[in-house]
Amino acid sequence: MAEYSWPRRGTTSLIDTEQTRIDGVAKASGAAKYSCDINPKGTLVARAMGCPHAHCKIKSIDISLAKDVPGVVLVSPAKAIGDEIQWQGDIIAYVAAETEGAAAEGVAAITVEYEMLDVFVDDQHLAAAEAADRTGKPLSNVQLVNEPGDDEDEEAFEEAEIQRLLEASDVVVEGNYGINVITHMCMEPHGSTCEWNGDQLTAHLSTQNVSGTAGQFADPLGITASDVTVHCDFIGGGFGSKFAADSWGVACAELARQTGRPVRLMLDRDIELKTAGNRPSGFIKVKIGADKNGVVQVWDSQQWGTSGASGGGVSQGVVPYVFDPENRRRTATSIATNAGPQRAWRAPNHPQAAAITHTAYDDVAAALGIDSYDVFLRNLDSVSNDKADVYRAQMERAAELMQWKSKWHAHGKGEKKGSVVTGLGMGIHTWGGGGHNSTCRITIHPDGGVETALGSQDLGTGTRTVIGIVVAETFGLPLDAVNVKIGSSSYPASGPSGGSTTVAGVSESNRRAAQDALAQLNELVAAKLGVGAADLVAKEGRIQASGDASKSLSWKEACALLGMTPLEVNGEFRRGEPSSLSSSQVAGVQMAEVAVDLDTGIVKPLKFVAVQDMGLIINRKTAASQIYGAVIMGIAYSIFEERIMDLQTGAFLNAELADYRLPRLGDIGEIVVDLWEPDSEYERGVVGLGEPPVISPGAAISNAVANATGVRVPVLPLTPQRVLDALGSA
Amino acid sequence: MNRDQLARIAVGDDERGGVSRRAFIKGSGAAAAATAIAQGAIVMADEAPTSTAVVGPEATAITMTVNGRQRTVSAEPRATLLEVLRTQLDLTGAKPVSSDGSSGASTVWLDEKPVSASTTLAIECEGKSVRTVETLGGVKPDPVVSAFAAHDAMQCGFCTPGFVVAVRAFLDKNPTASEDEIRAGLNGNLCRCGTYANVIAAALDVVKGGSNG
Repeated sequence: MAEYSWPRRGTTSLIDTEQTRIDGVAKASGAAKYSCDINPKGTLVARAMGCPHAHCKIKSIDISLAKDVPGVVLVSPAKAIGDEIQWQGDIIAYVAAETEGAAAEGVAAITVEYEMLDVFVDDQHLAAAEAADRTGKPLSNVQLVNEPGDDEDEEAFEEAEIQRLLEASDVVVEGNYGINVITHMCMEPHGSTCEWNGDQLTAHLSTQNVSGTAGQFADPLGITASDVTVHCDFIGGGFGSKFAADSWGVACAELARQTGRPVRLMLDRDIELKTAGNRPSGFIKVKIGADKNGVVQVWDSQQWGTSGASGGGVSQGVVPYVFDPENRRRTATSIATNAGPQRAWRAPNHPQAAAITHTAYDDVAAALGIDSYDVFLRNLDSVSNDKADVYRAQMERAAELMQWKSKWHAHGKGEKKGSVVTGLGMGIHTWGGGGHNSTCRITIHPDGGVETALGSQDLGTGTRTVIGIVVAETFGLPLDAVNVKIGSSSYPASGPSGGSTTVAGVSESNRRAAQDALAQLNELVAAKLGVGAADLVAKEGRIQASGDASKSLSWKEACALLGMTPLEVNGEFRRGEPSSLSSSQVAGVQMAEVAVDLDTGIVKPLKFVAVQDMGLIINRKTAASQIYGAVIMGIAYSIFEERIMDLQTGAFLNAELADYRLPRLGDIGEIVVDLWEPDSEYERGVVGLGEPPVISPGAAISNAVANATGVRVPVLPLTPQRVLDALGSA
Repeated sequence: MNRDQLARIAVGDDERGGVSRRAFIKGSGAAAAATAIAQGAIVMADEAPTSTAVVGPEATAITMTVNGRQRTVSAEPRATLLEVLRTQLDLTGAKPVSSDGSSGASTVWLDEKPVSASTTLAIECEGKSVRTVETLGGVKPDPVVSAFAAHDAMQCGFCTPGFVVAVRAFLDKNPTASEDEIRAGLNGNLCRCGTYANVIAAALDVVKGGSNG
């Protein structure tokens, strides 16, 4: 069967409805087993020792006292004499012990001598980084309508042209914007429980990449991927940081091999935050020229930031964000700091780019004294995707939900109640998505049992339930009739969960396999009923001739026709292949309303509206959850969370949960989620949703604060101190 | 924590759960990777007069009632309740998220009062009654569990059991809580996936008598 398709809209019983996730009770009641819950008999607890210094060389490591600690079974250095440490928290050694207490005591008993080296962690100040020789070569990217003559110097022409365009603009806005580093802060830290059976390794790894990590264990352990099974039924958060086996995963397996016992090694919270990934910072100096309607004519920016010891920062490829004016120059400088390395953080580059560039667009509105909504609307002709019409429609919908027009006041001109002012702000975003590679194996048993198996994982997005919905819908069965098996590398390979690719990928493979399997089953049913196979439909637990319900078999009767052998059918999808089941590219509009206390600098979200397209929606309930969650994560990085580094020592000062401020239940205000799914969205198939709604909150909230106060607080998160500083210097 | 503060702790709370505070401090050091502090405490503890039996640092028998059943475990005095529940009793619903209790993910009931199992020593539970999130599950789940599922008040689910216990305990005390009271009263639990909006909806639903198992 070559033609795959989704059921027509309005004819589905599960797809595009609200379904409760199939593992909801297991999760809520503590029955769900995460990697750190796996506890085979005799399991040892392993603990990592993090380097206390941000930049140093190892002079000596003495583990003799640690080995003698009662309960300690094995001490294993992870670094050698002479190794250079580039960030605080880099792992120096591991201790495996009988109890958590003994492991901690063992770590404390390791003595290391260090040679201290110069520390640099100041990513906010480009001049300081240049002075410390920590910058890379600036990268420029210029796009101009006019071109230089043959004999003109290109750079000189560009400079002159940018200056000419700025002078020709009705208004020129200059501003500084920035967004600090944040961490992933997965509730379940990175780690695994590893056990050996002979030369076969089973790694219960907290991973977003069940099918792709076996080889990463195998190679350093001197075995092959065929000797490794990676398991992950449940993962306690990943957000882009858990694609790899990681050195500590391999170390866990090695400790297990050497001790002959299962070993569990989860990173401590502080090492987790210091070493297991973060989101790069981005700072920018912008000059923007616009006409009197706020349409941007020229963009000129210089940006910098860090991704850790190897430099990095925010990609200039998404600056300015979504909007791509005809004339623009952007320059990016990478800063190397003595800080842990970045990892993909939900929608890499996009949230930072939105926060540091849509704020500049909003400042154009402020400078002209016009409605920010109108400035965003009037610049839609320059968007870098083909979604201008979608943005227009979504802006209209968002404005209606926010009551934008009736609430709007010019920047800083709102009513003041006591010391509190309120304001509105918005942002727009874009993301690719589209399905990843996925293979699944659907089995229909002669007794009517149905299972599907694939090496995918459920990050919390509801993947398990989505798969069940797709298969059950296709077979006309209730959701609980399908046994969904994911979370093991022993199943057919499915892609890593990143970049909003999972729902489209697993929906593709499962719909294909289910349609093919049903076609085979229908052949048997057709012969039995004496009708054409093409006339059969599967619904409400029966396979019946369309238009003649008297000719039908129950699902179980139909499956009995298989005889003794189960029917196994594989479904396969390769990323990028044209398909009517999935596509890519979404838009999305978000609006924030905040209150700001001018006396204390405290920012409170009042209301947040998120309008989001995602193609065809498999499960409306878990889709909405994704958006609520993304908005709350956005509130977190907009107002609360950041990595705070000590400039002298390079210490990560708030690397504990008590100090790393995150919003709590009472901090979020009202959130309105709108699943934007006109027929055109349903018809283009599944796209993916994880990243897009986390992108715009920074811009929307910063713009709302600027609208409330009349002052731009340049750097996110908008902590009380930063708000007061901005108000004080205004 | 300096020596004076430690001394105040050492003498200020001498009896806890039938074990002397002195013994507790003596064995508790490494649980928080605070060997230096513990060593300081040992010195002071030896100076303090006491007539209570000293246990530890090696493992000792601890008897408590867990989910209605009397259980005896062997654990070092420095072992947390969380470690004992998870590694000895296979009750992994309470999760290790923070060692300082700031996440609420390890919330359990101790003598029917919600506590953080990650900041409670197992030895403090001697003779006491511990109840975990697992008692709210099963074939006929507690209405809070059902409401969490129905309102999708979870994503990765790692913080969820702790949140469920917190909501159950909060609603037991405030059975007619309003939305404002729910927003004000459930700030001891952290979620990274951002499930708060659905947690609020779930809690409100339980108040209204919905999702009643």
